[in-house]
Amino acid sequence: MSAQHYLLRNRDVEGIDRIEVYEANRGYAALRQALKDYQPDELVAMVKKSGLRGRGGAGFPTGMKWGFLPNDGRSRYLVVNSDEAEPGTFKDRELIEENPHQLVEGIIISSYATRASEAYIYCRGEFLRGAEQLKRAVKEAYDHGYLGKNILGTDYSLELKVYRGAGAYICGEESALLESLEGKRGNPRLKPPFPAVAGLYGGPTVVNNVETICNLPPLVTYGPEWYTSMGTEKSPGLKIMSVSGAVKRPGNYEIPLATPLRTLIEEYAGGMLPGRTVKAVIPGGSSVPLLMPDQLDTPLDYESVVKAGSMLGSGGCIVLDDRVCMVGATARLVKFYREESCGKCTPCREGTYWMTDVLERIEYGQGQLSDLDLLADVADNIAGKCFCPLGDASLGVLVSALKHFRHEFEAHVADHGCPMGARLYDTVNH
Amino acid sequence: MKPEWKAWAQEAKNEFPRANSALMPLMHRIQLSEGWLSNETIRDVAELMELPVQYVESVASFYSLFHRQAVGKRVIHVCVGLSCALKGSDELMHALEERLGIKEGQTTEDGAYTLLEAECLAACDKAPMVQVNLRYEGPVRPEDAERLLSEEVPS
Repeated sequence: MSAQHYLLRNRDVEGIDRIEVYEANRGYAALRQALKDYQPDELVAMVKKSGLRGRGGAGFPTGMKWGFLPNDGRSRYLVVNSDEAEPGTFKDRELIEENPHQLVEGIIISSYATRASEAYIYCRGEFLRGAEQLKRAVKEAYDHGYLGKNILGTDYSLELKVYRGAGAYICGEESALLESLEGKRGNPRLKPPFPAVAGLYGGPTVVNNVETICNLPPLVTYGPEWYTSMGTEKSPGLKIMSVSGAVKRPGNYEIPLATPLRTLIEEYAGGMLPGRTVKAVIPGGSSVPLLMPDQLDTPLDYESVVKAGSMLGSGGCIVLDDRVCMVGATARLVKFYREESCGKCTPCREGTYWMTDVLERIEYGQGQLSDLDLLADVADNIAGKCFCPLGDASLGVLVSALKHFRHEFEAHVADHGCPMGARLYDTVNH
Repeated sequence: MKPEWKAWAQEAKNEFPRANSALMPLMHRIQLSEGWLSNETIRDVAELMELPVQYVESVASFYSLFHRQAVGKRVIHVCVGLSCALKGSDELMHALEERLGIKEGQTTEDGAYTLLEAECLAACDKAPMVQVNLRYEGPVRPEDAERLLSEEVPS
């Protein structure tokens, strides 16, 4: 196994969450270098050249996103999306809990590059320790002159604050996140205008994921050529994959993009649990379609995974084994979207409820064959008909499960119950 | 309204360019001391924030971590996301329900425990896992339910 660690390089360093230890491990050296050797625009150009893409799920080129900020003299905001809640994804939590200074350093470099004078970390409400770690790290960074007025003696100044969410998956969607940061319900906004033009408090705003921002310190240290030396032309660099499910070593693994899925499962994650075989893999968080066992050689880069019919997404890789009931698994995932729908759009609000209901009754043996067509019909009435991506996200696994495992759904109907003896926790009816 | 809340509101407002952004930080802080947000508290927050009561209620009710009912001293969130479900989170929930004599969503009569389900808590490598007062514990297998309930938990 080729363990090339960059973002996770300090995971075994005792006390790396304290600034003295972080500094002793070359911490904040990249920030010094960025402020000394680079003009902001040169950093933007470097990020563009590196090909770094947003690691929150959408994979949008980071440098291009930064380039959308209008030059109209208004003060700019940088907002870090630390609202990690896509089922199967747990990389950002490790990054902020274990090595918060790496993120803070990345934020200062990114804010300098985008000429932002204020930055916010929107931290998922459930991440209590994460928020504590971030608040402490931010305070240490202020005390050491990395934040506040005239950072390291330069004329660049930055204020950074940590803001806690309060339990809402939808706030990971950038415009809903901004609403929440403004003290409102987390309902997504109509786009355009995009945050670059009208974001936080109506000002020009960059919203980037934690992992994306954590790439900045090594990027400054090693340069864009280092980044493009890994992965593919369109998907260069590194990605942290969170592996869970029926593998021997669930956890976060930092891979060069285009590493085959099989290598991730068999080498990084130690292979399948004894006696288990791969039934299907959700490669990029709960919102993406299934990959099948004959697709394990798919390289994990954005383009190859799309070509295989799924998406790399957030990198939350859930490995489903032969003992998993696909109806039960699908019901559980669709229920997640039912719980997290903000309720703004009817197709998503009602559709996710309806699909969960139908899936649970099939699992309990009360389904009919016509329910399978009903599911497809409801899915069709959600697809592309919602304001934000949450509605569509609820369909990824469902539609592909109906395609690849239709026989299993039919068997549930014919047998009046789950042939695998799986039981669902009854969440609706008690 | 507690006397210190006024100062808390002012501190929160000072932190942000627009006062409205202070609403959630203020509610977090009050909930931490009070345990939950009663109707009276919501009215107090509205007054402190100079916002309509209905607005504050609309925000508080949107987010699952703002409790609008009294909760127990220990709030147990059982993650029921797919990765935890595959490792037995449903059985863990049943075991906890049985031990506590309550259903998911309820609080024990002595006010010691509230049992809630949580959507994916981003700790799938520790599946099945729970949060006790938002502190992570895992893996917690169904047979560990008794041990979980006997542990001392820092507040």
